[in-house]
Amino acid sequence: MTVRQLANNEGFEALALPEEDRVIDGVYIGDLLSWVMGRAKADNAWITIMSNINIVAVASLADVACIVLAENVSPEQKVIDMANAKGINIIKSALTAYEVAVLLSKNN
Amino acid sequence: MDDLLKFTYAVDGDNFTSAGQASVNVKKNLRQLGFDAETIRRVSIAMYEGEINMVIHAGGGNAEVFVKDDCIEIVLTDNGPGIANVEQAMQEGFSTAPDNIRSLGFGAGMGLPNMKRYTDSMTIESEVGKGTKITMKVLL
Ligand SMILES: Nc1ncnc2c1ncn2[C@@H]1O[C@H](COP(=O)(O)OP(=O)(O)OP(=O)(O)O)[C@@H](O)[C@H]1O
Ligand SMILES: [Mg+2]
Repeated sequence: MTVRQLANNEGFEALALPEEDRVIDGVYIGDLLSWVMGRAKADNAWITIMSNINIVAVASLADVACIVLAENVSPEQKVIDMANAKGINIIKSALTAYEVAVLLSKNN
Repeated sequence: MDDLLKFTYAVDGDNFTSAGQASVNVKKNLRQLGFDAETIRRVSIAMYEGEINMVIHAGGGNAEVFVKDDCIEIVLTDNGPGIANVEQAMQEGFSTAPDNIRSLGFGAGMGLPNMKRYTDSMTIESEVGKGTKITMKVLL
């Protein structure tokens, strides 16, 4: 599934989709940034509730397909601006991390 | 051996918003030079962890990246407090990060272990009260 297709699901909202055609391969869930850097794989959807500016650099360097902010966590506008500038996709979801992962698993 | 290319960055110690910019820039440069995705990922993650450590633990520092014939070398130098017990600092889960830093998602004590894991060699020279120099190599 592409990042755009994920964002089109009920309960999801695209916050920044500069690379909307990226294909999601697998999921990583976590909020501790160095843990994510060490364990997430390229092209994963990274599901987190961490929304500060540093998630953009982490997503860029770990080369994940997108950041999914679970449980309606909302970042500040500067995070969205930075994501657009750096080519990082951010999607917000009303679902829990678990529910987002289940949805992605069903669609893979 | 001659350095084919060198990138140098001053890492600002009190700006969290721009923390990681040097690593993101290195990633971009390596991509333009045509390196494979996995090499770029390893170099930029290792550098990011070191860069963030200099911001959080050392009040900033200096980052140099050398692109050589057979490897990419990252040298991080700071004049921070130094690391008293390097062996302990290298253990997964060891962290002295304060609470306000932890609330941002840092402080898992995984940074130095990640740097070691993603590179082919890593040396830490550190003196308490003087600073820290970390040299990492990713072989090509
Ligand atoms: N450049 C540095 N100067 C002084 N101390 C450092 C430096 N880098 C690391 N340390 C020390 O080593 C510890 C472990 O570093 P490490 O990067 O593994 O974890 P962390 O930075 O605390 O958390 P994380 O990287 O998971 O966000 C730090 O908490 C700090 O005490
Ligand atoms: Mg660290």
